[in-house]
Amino acid sequence: MLIVNLAGALLIVLIVWWFWLYKPKAVEQSEAGFSVVVENGNYSPSRIKLKTGEQHALKFLRKDASPCAEMLLIPQFDIAETLIVNQTTTIRLPEMSAGEYEFHCQMKMYKGVLVVE
Amino acid sequence: MTPSNTKTPQSSIKRHHLLVGGASCASCVGKIEKALNGVSGVTDAQMNLPQSMATVYGNVDESDLIDAIKASGYNATSATEKSDEHVINEKDAADHAYYNKLLRDTAIALGLGVPLMVYGLFIGDMSVTTNAERIAWLIVGVATFAIMATSGRHFYVGGFKSLLSHNANMDTLIMLGTGTAWLYSMLVVLLPDALPLMARHVYFEATAMIIGLINLGLALEVRARGRTSDAIKRLIGLQAKTARVIRDGKELDIAIEDVELNDRIRIRPGEKIPVDGQVDEGTTSIDESMLTGEPMPVEKRIGDSVAAGTINKTGSIIFSATRVGKDTALARIIDMVKHAQNSKPPIGRLADVISAYFVPAIMIIAVVSALLWLNFGPEPTVAFALVSATTILIIACPCALGLATPMSVMVGVGKAAEAGVLIRNGEALQTASKITTMVLDKTGTITLGEPKVTDVVVANAQSETQILQLSASLESGSEHPLAMAIVQSATDKGVEADVVSNFNAITGHGIEGDVNGSRVYLGNERLMKAQGVDISGYITHAQDLAAQAKTPMYLAANSELLGIIAVADPIKEDSVSAIKRLQAKGIRIVMLTGDNRATAEAVAKKVGIGEFFAEVLPQDKTAKVIELQQSGEVVGMTGDGINDAPALARADVGFAIGTGTDVAIESADITLMRGSLHGLADAISVSKATLSNVKQNLFGAFVYNAAGVPIAAGILYPFFGILLSPIIAGAAMALSSLTVVSNANRLRWFKPS
Repeated sequence: MLIVNLAGALLIVLIVWWFWLYKPKAVEQSEAGFSVVVENGNYSPSRIKLKTGEQHALKFLRKDASPCAEMLLIPQFDIAETLIVNQTTTIRLPEMSAGEYEFHCQMKMYKGVLVVE
Repeated sequence: MTPSNTKTPQSSIKRHHLLVGGASCASCVGKIEKALNGVSGVTDAQMNLPQSMATVYGNVDESDLIDAIKASGYNATSATEKSDEHVINEKDAADHAYYNKLLRDTAIALGLGVPLMVYGLFIGDMSVTTNAERIAWLIVGVATFAIMATSGRHFYVGGFKSLLSHNANMDTLIMLGTGTAWLYSMLVVLLPDALPLMARHVYFEATAMIIGLINLGLALEVRARGRTSDAIKRLIGLQAKTARVIRDGKELDIAIEDVELNDRIRIRPGEKIPVDGQVDEGTTSIDESMLTGEPMPVEKRIGDSVAAGTINKTGSIIFSATRVGKDTALARIIDMVKHAQNSKPPIGRLADVISAYFVPAIMIIAVVSALLWLNFGPEPTVAFALVSATTILIIACPCALGLATPMSVMVGVGKAAEAGVLIRNGEALQTASKITTMVLDKTGTITLGEPKVTDVVVANAQSETQILQLSASLESGSEHPLAMAIVQSATDKGVEADVVSNFNAITGHGIEGDVNGSRVYLGNERLMKAQGVDISGYITHAQDLAAQAKTPMYLAANSELLGIIAVADPIKEDSVSAIKRLQAKGIRIVMLTGDNRATAEAVAKKVGIGEFFAEVLPQDKTAKVIELQQSGEVVGMTGDGINDAPALARADVGFAIGTGTDVAIESADITLMRGSLHGLADAISVSKATLSNVKQNLFGAFVYNAAGVPIAAGILYPFFGILLSPIIAGAAMALSSLTVVSNANRLRWFKPS
């Protein structure tokens, strides 16, 4: 029983670490526009590194038919865009100051972060 | 010959934009243009090298154009802006396909789940004791796996991928819940001896049923969600598809996207106005109700503006395009509504914070619950632990919480737009529902803002016409609003002004001048007294007029009183009833005006406002708003959006009252497209209804999760012996998000009081 309880406690620690404490590495944006694939309840990549003081455009390719994937919101910049299934939608970003900006679906189940440095 | 007789009907020609990559020299231009012109259906192709953009005209498929460019050694992608209608249609098609797929998945999963459940409930025992049972259940287990791999595939792939990316969502919960149930059941089948006899129960039916029910819930949700965007679809549907432009004396039907600024466009009775413009020829009446909510058609003459999406009723007109594409009022309205629909009022932020921690927290609760059953539960502890953990994972519904606010806002903002009320964002929506004091500007808000001659009193004049003619003659050079009202009235009645000489304006008194050899005076009591004119018999007349919010002016010639002409800014017909509606909502109404006290008092009295402030300068309007805010009021300010901009900005919610479709929608939190103050009451009603809908949804979702999770964990078991079945949890979870969307849809039937 002790082993079972210890395993349970370990599992809880693992959940806390995996979902809340761990930060995935940000992927840097390449020169020729950046593509984010929306698939299976996820943005991939979900952490995107961008340079400050430049204008960027992100291309979102929605492969996920679930209505949850339909809207892409970047609240700080007042961006709300409808993504069409199996199509690429280009989102133009304004010049951004350094900081982290969330992008997500209407319900915040799909989440991503723009890391501006 | 009219242009319509020379018209050569042509089918509309499409314009395509392509972004071309790899083109670096002038010689490339020729090569690309040649390749494009070679595609059948292309009528013209131009390559713009600095912009790397090719513009192609013709009825061709864009993919053919891209192929042609690629074949000549360059890269190309489409840069044609998709129309809103195109986007909506594609979205509808995608939603429909997804709906069908979900229904198929539901049928497959329930096809296995229902018979299994019926068997378990009425026929046999779902446990493994004999070898024959093991084999039978193994087959069922494999069949269940097939369902998981087909109908449930999207849950597992989605759940697993989010898990890998340190993210968790509803799919993760379903994957863990049903996956655990299936793995446990397979363990029972394959290694029954590893478990105590009592715990050798299989839960394949739970896995199949949950997958089926949740797919069904999703399918119904897709349907219900489609309806939440009805309002925006209706607005998008207002856009015309083609326009009949007159170019080089010929009439052409062209696609709306290809209409250019200053194009001359012909509109016949019953047709839709394709872009914004100004009437060049003809008169007509236009139904603008779809944009402004104003039911009466509006007369249009040469020089008047017309708006895209409105419908021409009776006459034929030709107008010049002044705003096209994304710049038309309709396009900006659509854009604004779309944005507002996706913005969240502050009330929704708590749900966002909870959502961020929700799924991992549920996983932890499931582990804790399982441990509690294992440590303290009755035998078979393993089975109880499994059921409680699975049920917790399945019943918890982050979607209901996440959907609560956006769905209601989507419907509420759309509903408001239908009534001619444009709400900028969720915050404005929420604050508008809490307004306690409404500050109304007088001119242009309560009144029409266009002074008119209301009364002509004859004293010693020959007729009303003579009074009007002499007054108009004197005022013809002036640009004062009152003067313009008199001149306009004379013009309307066909009275011609005479030439004035020796004109003189006497500050604070009025004006004087020579007309037809007489010295004529127009002004107030002081002017008359100074000129020794006897007005004694008419002072009460003038006072009566002033008490009715009119401005009376005496007209005299050669020291003899001819009569009185009164000018007023008429109160809008429905201001009184609209103000009553606002007061009935318990809102305190305050009127501000730069006008003099007598007029202000008369207007306030007429419309039933007890509190008013006259002779207020624009900067003092802001101070008044601040003063009210400091006394604890949530202040709404309504003005025409131009003179009142600072006060509108300072108020908790600024309402710009528009006149027709030419609205400055950037200027306020809420824009009322029709001039009526009823829009104000509508805006507040819709905001209140939406906010209470959001609250119902949030409350429902909170209560559902807060009650469902502990019950699933088995909190009722020690007292009543109740432990929820995972299947019930699956049904509850599917129903919970559907309930939220359906409740939001209820707002569609909302009618402002």
